[in-house]
Amino acid sequence: MDANTFLIQVLNGIQYGLLLFLVASGLTLILGIMGIINLAHGTFYMVGAYLAFSLSQHFGNLWLAMAGGVVIAVVIGLVLEWLLISRLYHRDHLYQVLLTYGLILIFEELRSVVFGDDVHGVAVPEILRVSIPLTETLSYPVYRLWMSAVCLVLAVGMYFLIQKTRLGMIIRAGAANREMVQSLGININLLYRLVFALGVALAAFAGMIAAPVASVFPGMGNQVLIVCFVVVVIGGIGSVKGAMLAAILIGLVDTFGKVISLEIGGVQLLPQLSGMMIYVLMAGVLLARPEGLFGKRA
Amino acid sequence: MGKLRPGTIILVVCLLALAVLPWFAEKYYVQLFTKMMIMAIFAMSLDLLVGFTGLVSLGHAAFFGVAGYVLAFAAPEYEAANLWVSLPLAMACSGLLALVIGVLVLRTSGIYFIMVTLAFAQMVFFLFHDTEFGGGADGIYVYAKPVAAIAGWEPFTLENHTHFYFVVLALLVLVYTGLRILLDSLFGRVIVGIRVNEHRMRSLGYRTFRYKLACFVLAGVLAGMAGYFAAAQFGFVNPETLGWHQSGSVLMMVILGGMGTLTGAVVGAFSMILLELGLQGLPAIGGMDLSKHWQLLMGGFIVCAVLLLPHGLLGLGRTASRLRRKPAEARDG
Repeated sequence: MDANTFLIQVLNGIQYGLLLFLVASGLTLILGIMGIINLAHGTFYMVGAYLAFSLSQHFGNLWLAMAGGVVIAVVIGLVLEWLLISRLYHRDHLYQVLLTYGLILIFEELRSVVFGDDVHGVAVPEILRVSIPLTETLSYPVYRLWMSAVCLVLAVGMYFLIQKTRLGMIIRAGAANREMVQSLGININLLYRLVFALGVALAAFAGMIAAPVASVFPGMGNQVLIVCFVVVVIGGIGSVKGAMLAAILIGLVDTFGKVISLEIGGVQLLPQLSGMMIYVLMAGVLLARPEGLFGKRA
Repeated sequence: MGKLRPGTIILVVCLLALAVLPWFAEKYYVQLFTKMMIMAIFAMSLDLLVGFTGLVSLGHAAFFGVAGYVLAFAAPEYEAANLWVSLPLAMACSGLLALVIGVLVLRTSGIYFIMVTLAFAQMVFFLFHDTEFGGGADGIYVYAKPVAAIAGWEPFTLENHTHFYFVVLALLVLVYTGLRILLDSLFGRVIVGIRVNEHRMRSLGYRTFRYKLACFVLAGVLAGMAGYFAAAQFGFVNPETLGWHQSGSVLMMVILGGMGTLTGAVVGAFSMILLELGLQGLPAIGGMDLSKHWQLLMGGFIVCAVLLLPHGLLGLGRTASRLRRKPAEARDG
């Protein structure tokens, strides 16, 4: 592997990692703050991608589609929390798993009813439809760089929101001690609703910006969901910092697992088994630190 | 002997009904009930984890599917496998996988446990999905059903659907009785104690990790038994049989029937499969083919069941009486 290919793979790995971070950060916030295990989180990623697909056709412009899509995603998040999720706070995780599993079936089937089961593509916006040439044959698309930049901006924004603002302070307090925050006169139900909607919007937005490079297809949400679980397990529940580190790590491991070929004892291990790499990584972390890299010891 | 409880009488009546069914039902229904009983064994094995030990596993299908693959490998091309060799082998492989995964996942608990079981099951899924030795995404056919020959003598043949039915029925009764005896023993008391308060069990001197691991492996072995017969009945295995949709749906069976009762798992398995069939048979309404999109209604049903049936079908009476007594409390619980 020469230096240019290596550079391209590093960029791809980081970009994939940052995208995972957007989805996983919502998942880990909802888990850490609300104590809700949300299997339908990957579904919101899919919803975002399909929103980008249908709205960009409708408006003829991906930027407008993204703006509209985020608004719709927030509304979906608020309604779902109000209608269903808010009834699960006092229930066992088991029921959270089942209800959100039911939601996956509903959203997947609605997707099938409305859009069918075909794979769709979304066009890259015109200004970003350029590539940076590296050598005569290799180049790197600007859209991917833009994606990474947007994810980074959002990550910094989230860090600022949670660590530096009053709202973030209340969110952190709510995660530490729900009853205490409530008795201090803060409307914890409203706070939870906002956190849930924020998580949904982040996942949907990730789906929207990923749509032009990853295409839009059935089952895309579940694929992302399980990788995000691995991210959360490695990073530690509720830790946004941990999610960031784990997401980049997994992005790189997954990307390089697909391009490196590895043979041990005449058996081709990579890239054939690249799909398993991140789980092996997770197993390693579990052996060393069952609570995740940045998780609190139970 | 104590007095016969109404529950016992119902159980015996249902068992008798199952025992005489093949004389009255057509082949289709005999096969349908065979499938339901296979899934009931699968659901009971998960109930041992979820309902009794308090371990919510979202990756239980891995052990179910792997056993099916073992059968497929044991019966290459058109040759039939020997039941007495391949069944123990399949169950042993499931058990071994459960041991390896169990050692890792049991280091975690609660929400972590749910996510990690799902992730490891997905790892097994990718192992079969991305590689060629298991036929990749298409899976493999099991052309011939296993032969039950012992030194030339064949007590029954699985090619006959009635024989197949009775073998599965016998195993269902065997697994149910075995688990009942196990749960009534000291071992059973200990695992229920672990669910209720693991710290206390540990301070009483029980090595809870070993108990949980034993349960996890036993549940894996029993899931393997179910997976073996499922593969034999359907005649093929593919990665979907160990995918997470399978894990989700078997978990739903356990909860729908009412967890922690064993009978609940059986009732749940039977009702879920009947419901699935019912939904798939729905007509088209207003231009929308409901039978094609039956999962939409299934999802709606699951959501409603979680919100309205906290104790499952067997706990309907309990839910109703609580609603009458204390509406507010029932809503929260």
